[in-house]
Amino acid sequence: MPTYVAHDESDYAPPTEVAEVELYHPKTFLGKYVWSQDAKIIAIQYGVTAIGVGVIALVLSWLMRLQLAYPNQFSFIDPSNYLQFVSMHGMIMVVYLLTALFLGGFGNYLIPLMVGARDMVFPYVNMLSYWVYLFAVLLLVASFFVPGGPTGAGWTLYPPQAILDGTPGASWGIILMLVSLAFFIIGFTMGGLNYVVTVLQARTRGMTLMRMPLTIWGIFMATILALLAFPALFVSAIMMILDLTLGTSFFMPAIVSKGQALSHDGGSPILFQHLFWFFGHPEVYIVALPAFGIVSDLIAVHARKNIFGYRMMVWAIVAIGGLSFIVWAHHMYVSGMNPYFGFFFATTTLIIAIPTAIKVYNWVLTLWRGDIHLSVPMLFAIGFIFTFVIGGLTGLFLGNVVVDLPLSDTMFVVAHFHMVMAIAPILVVFGAIYHWYPKITGRMLHDGMGKFHFWITFVGSYAIYYPMHYLGFMGVPRRYYAVTGTNFIPDSAHSLNVAITIAALVVGAAQVVFLYNLVRSYYRGAPSGGNPWNATSLEWQTPHTPPEHGNFGKELPVVYRWAYDYSVPGVRHDFIPQNVPPSEVPSGSWAKP
Amino acid sequence: MGIAIVLVLLVAGSVLFHFVSPWYFTPIASNWSAIDDTIAITFWVTGIVFVAVNLFLAWSVYRYRNRAGARAAYEPENKKLEWWLLVVTAVGVAAMLAPGLVVWAKFVDVPKGALEVEALGQQWHWMYRFPGADGRLGTVDARHVTDANPFGMSPTDPHGQDDVLVAHPEVRLPLGKPVKVLLRSKDVLHNFSVAQIRVKMDLVPGLVTYAWFTPTRTGSFDLLCEELCGIGHFAMRGRMVVEEEPAFDAWLKAQPTFAQLQARPAADAAAGRALYAACAACHGAEGEGNVALNAPRLAGQGTWYLERQLAHFKHGARGQNDKDTWGKVMAPMAAVLQDDAAIANVAAYIATLPDRPQAATVQGDARAGKQRYATCGTCHGADGMGIAATNAPRLKGMSDWYMVTQLRNFRDGVRGSHPQDMHGSQMALLAAMLADDRAIRDVVAYINSL
Amino acid sequence: MTITLLFLAGLMGVVVWWLLRESTRVQPWAVQGPVPDVHTATLPRHAAKTALIVFLAVATSLFALFISAYAMRIRLLDWSPLPQPRLLMVNTAVLVLASLAMEWTAFAARRGDQDRVRAGLAAAGLLTVAFVAGQLVVWSQLAGAGYFVATSAATGFFYLLTAVHGLHVLGGLVAWMRPYARARSGRDADAARLRLGVELCAIYWHFLLAVWIVLLAVLVSKDLGLSICSTAVPL
Repeated sequence: MPTYVAHDESDYAPPTEVAEVELYHPKTFLGKYVWSQDAKIIAIQYGVTAIGVGVIALVLSWLMRLQLAYPNQFSFIDPSNYLQFVSMHGMIMVVYLLTALFLGGFGNYLIPLMVGARDMVFPYVNMLSYWVYLFAVLLLVASFFVPGGPTGAGWTLYPPQAILDGTPGASWGIILMLVSLAFFIIGFTMGGLNYVVTVLQARTRGMTLMRMPLTIWGIFMATILALLAFPALFVSAIMMILDLTLGTSFFMPAIVSKGQALSHDGGSPILFQHLFWFFGHPEVYIVALPAFGIVSDLIAVHARKNIFGYRMMVWAIVAIGGLSFIVWAHHMYVSGMNPYFGFFFATTTLIIAIPTAIKVYNWVLTLWRGDIHLSVPMLFAIGFIFTFVIGGLTGLFLGNVVVDLPLSDTMFVVAHFHMVMAIAPILVVFGAIYHWYPKITGRMLHDGMGKFHFWITFVGSYAIYYPMHYLGFMGVPRRYYAVTGTNFIPDSAHSLNVAITIAALVVGAAQVVFLYNLVRSYYRGAPSGGNPWNATSLEWQTPHTPPEHGNFGKELPVVYRWAYDYSVPGVRHDFIPQNVPPSEVPSGSWAKP
Repeated sequence: MGIAIVLVLLVAGSVLFHFVSPWYFTPIASNWSAIDDTIAITFWVTGIVFVAVNLFLAWSVYRYRNRAGARAAYEPENKKLEWWLLVVTAVGVAAMLAPGLVVWAKFVDVPKGALEVEALGQQWHWMYRFPGADGRLGTVDARHVTDANPFGMSPTDPHGQDDVLVAHPEVRLPLGKPVKVLLRSKDVLHNFSVAQIRVKMDLVPGLVTYAWFTPTRTGSFDLLCEELCGIGHFAMRGRMVVEEEPAFDAWLKAQPTFAQLQARPAADAAAGRALYAACAACHGAEGEGNVALNAPRLAGQGTWYLERQLAHFKHGARGQNDKDTWGKVMAPMAAVLQDDAAIANVAAYIATLPDRPQAATVQGDARAGKQRYATCGTCHGADGMGIAATNAPRLKGMSDWYMVTQLRNFRDGVRGSHPQDMHGSQMALLAAMLADDRAIRDVVAYINSL
Repeated sequence: MTITLLFLAGLMGVVVWWLLRESTRVQPWAVQGPVPDVHTATLPRHAAKTALIVFLAVATSLFALFISAYAMRIRLLDWSPLPQPRLLMVNTAVLVLASLAMEWTAFAARRGDQDRVRAGLAAAGLLTVAFVAGQLVVWSQLAGAGYFVATSAATGFFYLLTAVHGLHVLGGLVAWMRPYARARSGRDADAARLRLGVELCAIYWHFLLAVWIVLLAVLVSKDLGLSICSTAVPL
């Protein structure tokens, strides 16, 4: 297999020019689209796989919602597989969809292009990363077909119940789940090394750190978080596998299960929770930081205005990343851990709200006095801000330890984290796809369908999750197959559940329009040209659209400015691409390009 | 343009929903009104931010939408504004955090003299233990747990002898006295949660955790498990009844101590044989059951289960519903048994009867039933032999027609709806998953095939 | 988790320091001057070396978490240490020698002395294999004395920590095969790559040694209050 070497290994600095013969031109279909080492193709492979497995998780969420709205009406949903739907929905969405899509998908596509590199620094490892990820996904999907089905332990996989037979999938399902996670982490580490080193080492001339678009900052920091946090999940997965298969007692205390004493002794279930959330909380930001970064760029491009407070935005990303490692136990206020931890973790958790709030202010202040083009990506960006604001504010309820007492483990938690780390990032994913699809395919997505998709998704998901908070206030617990038979949940709560389910089905169905738009526009979308949004960052300045392997043709671009030179006073156009030298900036009175 | 209007509508709608909708916290029944106050503060702070940020967003989008000749301002940053926002945010955060931490300090610190009660969780039941006259709970160990000693009480610890054991999901507590609930689990994580009390805490196997509160209102409150604990999680219900102190004391006195339970004489099967003569008329001399008389098979059924059902019939927790035609026949028969000892004797005699399987009478699709039985099997055992520890009776080889009737009764609220039949109400929650009679027949057909 | 937090705090300190150095006095929107020098834009280091350092940070996080888990577990009441295998000290010495051999090889590679590189790589490889074999002997000694992985929490952690470290050593041996093959082929064109490969191996071997020293301290040191093994019953 021909390998494309981005630069000579003995030399420290990447050359800006490559001879035509050295450009990598795979000969076969397989070499180009399957065993590809081109980060852009790998990005699409990641994206398609993640969206594919995400569709499974979406269908699972419908099944759950059907049960909650119409308990016991459907013969194919029983308490066992309800828990399996819950668990697989959560795990797929958080890890296999969002993490893979933001880092494997957007990371691979955008990092080399936006920093002005020809490819990731280790293309072969990058390719392996995808195939390992795919293997992890296949293991995960395989767990639907093994005896007992997939695990029903919740996405948190808390032992002891995850590996005791009162939980569905406690034999085969949980093993496949844990092994799949281990492979996911190995695959991710391969990719993550690439992302970090590419940002550190392969930036083109003039691309200083503080000239990088915030998208890169978000993905970069999220990758660092993931590289350091995923080992915690790896450690807990390994130890749980040993508890299950070899009978060790890392997490398993002395247990009497259904009248039978087990051989375990002395382990600590809380130890698992510490490890899990040491991964689990940074995971929230692994998903959120790329979204923060991308949405900053969407807003700047479509409001024709530089991002407000760029440096503060960068520091906020780093601060959030750092703080995210010392807040994990706010998921454990009622876990039975030492209650004095509550003081520390409530404080750190509420402190992390400050840099997060700064980011929100800066997005809004970027729009303020802007020249806002309400294109589809911009609509999604605005939808994100609105959704993220309410998701973030409800986080202040749960982060404050006493307020968490009544709300923990209720539907309020479900509503909160769906707002903040499901809907908000997904709105960014959609906005980003509408934004970069022209670069990926050379064609625009259909605008009308895009707007339809936006309205249904944005308003619909608000209709799903806003009322759900109030179910939580009432005390409706999460992960309940049915909440019938209590004396404090009124019947009207059940009609609320019906309304939520209808909204969920509508929102889910609207995604078909999006998928259709993706396919249709690939063949029949309006040609976009190389820079349809008049954006400044390097990916829009490639000589070809879609960019070829090697991204920038023979010569790498040289960067003269940051990525946010929009509406600069005294300049004729309202944007100056990053690679335009000061001498070539068209001055004079302003005109539409 | 449209988006600005929608944002304003969403903000207005959200605020309106908050004030108008009937869904909110249940009326509080404990001393933790400080938690409610903290929530109110949080609501005000976050509500103001929510409205302010989003209305400003909507206005910006409206005011600065793209228009001919318009151009965006150029302003890379504004240090002063950013610092102001930082400080204001920090103040808002502190305003929420400070009262929260003060209240948390109260939660961590249990008042002296609080009444200690242990709540013991297992898949998927609650039990309770009071310290008894010496005010101290006896030591326990997982190794001591048996069907006869479900609490795992150490038989040699003198402090445990007078512990009051409530092997039943309903607990009673006195009004107005601080209660420290010690939480212990036998198997997996559970969570002790009563919506009206506000506080909750996980039960962790291998540890004893706690929560404390003072009930401020009499009444009957649902106790829910709120930490995913397996298939029966949603059906792991208990009840906390708060009553005036005299009533509570009387109730506590009526509950058995560990010593009393240990000292209970063994059941006398010979005495039970005489009592069984009345039963034999319908259930058959060998307890084989009689479908014509709607009398199910008894032989082979767990003694503990027979005792519990006889007690339910006798005390009116079963066989009182108008639709339960045959249960109403049984109730007066059970009432003939004078006391718990008589019930135990009959059950002991039934245990000596030969275990002969019954011919299948129910037709159904056993393959379809197998999938559903995965849920049933978690309590009743994959082999259908029943598990005393999960309060699940034997199914395999028992009268299949009777199971069909009872599943219908559970599903339709005919059985298990009496407040004192809490194990029955759990089964009712689970039987609800069988949407129609065909599903019931399929499951029973599968049980027949075991 | 304190151990992991200390590690992360250190790491974050580095990130923040580096970031502040790069960003505080920069006004990104204002800089439009001449093309910055190519070397200031990126780190003056080979990408593979950066990648290795990042990977070592990840591996350190992994080990720190394992040790954190164990430090939390040891506080529970039922902890009962297992006997301390004497062979551990021998194995440690072997690993130290392997690390020294690697360093010596890297020194030779920097001077372009191919013969010594070959010899050094072979010696380091052999010593490393000897270390792995020694660890396996320790396992079989423990198993022979009736200490299996599920016997107690201490044995569980002993096998787990040594296994994870051993796997990293084996991974290192796989990586070692590339420069070794290159050194055997002896082509001059490969000299730069060989030097890089040897340098990377040396860094990794030192890391493995450092991790092992920490693990050993954790396994046998009474002073740290963490010991898995007790010298009360020597093996």
